[in-house]
Amino acid sequence: MDTMRERFISSTTRLLDEDPRLALVLADISADGFRPAARAHPSRVINVGIREQLMIGVGGGLALTGLRPVVHTFASFLVERPFEQVKLDFGHQGVGGVLVSAGASYDWPAGGFTHMAPGDVALLDTLDGWTVHVPGHPDEAEALLRRATPGDDRVYVRLSLQSNEHGRPVDGARFLPAREGRDGVVVAVGPMLDHVLAATEGMDVTVLYATTVRPFDASAVRRAIGHGPADVVIVEPYLAGTSTAAVNEALADVPHRVLGLGVARRELRRYGRMEEHLAAHGLDPAGLRDRIARFLGAGVSR
Amino acid sequence: MTSTRLTTIRDGAPGRRELDRLTALMALMTGDEKHGPAATSTLDALWVLYDRVLRVSPETAASPERDRFLLPKGHGPMAYYAVLAAKGFIDEEVLAGFGAYDSPLGHHPDRVLVPGVEIGSGSLGHGLPLAVGTALGLRAQGLDTPRVWVLIGDAELDEGSNHEAMAFAGPAGLDRLHTLVIDNGSATHGWPGGIASRFEAAGWSAATVDGRDQQALHSAFTAPHPGRPRAVVARVEPKNA
Repeated sequence: MDTMRERFISSTTRLLDEDPRLALVLADISADGFRPAARAHPSRVINVGIREQLMIGVGGGLALTGLRPVVHTFASFLVERPFEQVKLDFGHQGVGGVLVSAGASYDWPAGGFTHMAPGDVALLDTLDGWTVHVPGHPDEAEALLRRATPGDDRVYVRLSLQSNEHGRPVDGARFLPAREGRDGVVVAVGPMLDHVLAATEGMDVTVLYATTVRPFDASAVRRAIGHGPADVVIVEPYLAGTSTAAVNEALADVPHRVLGLGVARRELRRYGRMEEHLAAHGLDPAGLRDRIARFLGAGVSR
Repeated sequence: MTSTRLTTIRDGAPGRRELDRLTALMALMTGDEKHGPAATSTLDALWVLYDRVLRVSPETAASPERDRFLLPKGHGPMAYYAVLAAKGFIDEEVLAGFGAYDSPLGHHPDRVLVPGVEIGSGSLGHGLPLAVGTALGLRAQGLDTPRVWVLIGDAELDEGSNHEAMAFAGPAGLDRLHTLVIDNGSATHGWPGGIASRFEAAGWSAATVDGRDQQALHSAFTAPHPGRPRAVVARVEPKNA
């Protein structure tokens, strides 16, 4: 199976053929993969070199002329380094674009912390009007990308090497039910789904699958909890707690408890492999099962 | 240099009257003394651009074929607003509300609120990258007529984002792109070797002129520069003089 990033390259190459309004801005990352696209569309595939502030500014400038920019590099350099450009060159200008990142939170642990961006979604949460897609499979990445490119809005697509085994029919808006149960609700974001399903095997919980986290599908969570007091766990492949505010807002008028699981804020300062980092953050099935069971068990006595 | 040098606005024209008009318009905006000198430093260059160079009017402010003028150096926008009022983009009446809660005119301009304003600005270093993207976007759509102008200050040139844009635009051959640098000597560490040389080293066509000499500005603005972006450095009286 290809990776989400490889699928991004192949599908965007096709989209550039199909949609004359689409333009791609790169800062050397993935430039090799886009070489055929650059040959076919030299004026709409723009590699600015290793210049991330310029990359975002160019995206905003392209949008000001009516084009639809897709802007891509590693998450650290796409969202964190030029954050003020993301804020001003899109939002403040009142224009849109599609930011597509690779690298995510722990895709390349041997590369160290410089190439990890667990805070990207939390950062975008400080801005208005960004749709955030976190696909859990290359098929979903392609589907979400195809939904994003025709619009005029601001969209972030977060790609990762971590993937679920099977893609699901995501629609770019709603959370999908993955399991029904009565003792609580677990929201699994993107590539966390397989681990969450394994972790909750045998538990009587509802599992919701979220690949579009902003806007947050509050109605899906409300439906899932029913009427009574609610216990909600949200498992995200980025900074732990990023979406607990969204859950709280969704359940503002219902007594509830929320547990936010994800990547720890504290720098792990370890190299190694993705699996080792998932275990260290308690995001492997065993770690998740332990923490979800303790949280829901603690709720029983309430 | 003093304002008494602002007498030769155009060939044989009674420039004094136009300048007095702009000065009167600027006087309608009050309460921004901090940005006062920055505002007047751009006045001559802005007027020459809007009066004689830019192909844009209130009627064509939304046309894809219009020339674009981007002002990232949002500080001291009084001259900009005065020129926009003189050219009919905004009503003179709104000038008096400058900076007020219900005014469209802030101390930094907002493209969403002011017709003819191409970018919302204030944070230094955003305009030139946006201008590069605008030039690329026009080129990609086969819009070969419109020219893109961006005005920055010599201190704004300190921002690294501008250097990313300068270094890219030269080799990319963005000959529809023009940068006007108002040099009032306000960069903390200065630009040894001169500002124009930085652009030239990046593959731009560049010239340095007296920013109060409207004829010299016009000549520099309209000089041909095939295959290369153009930078015009307009020297004005030092900020702290």
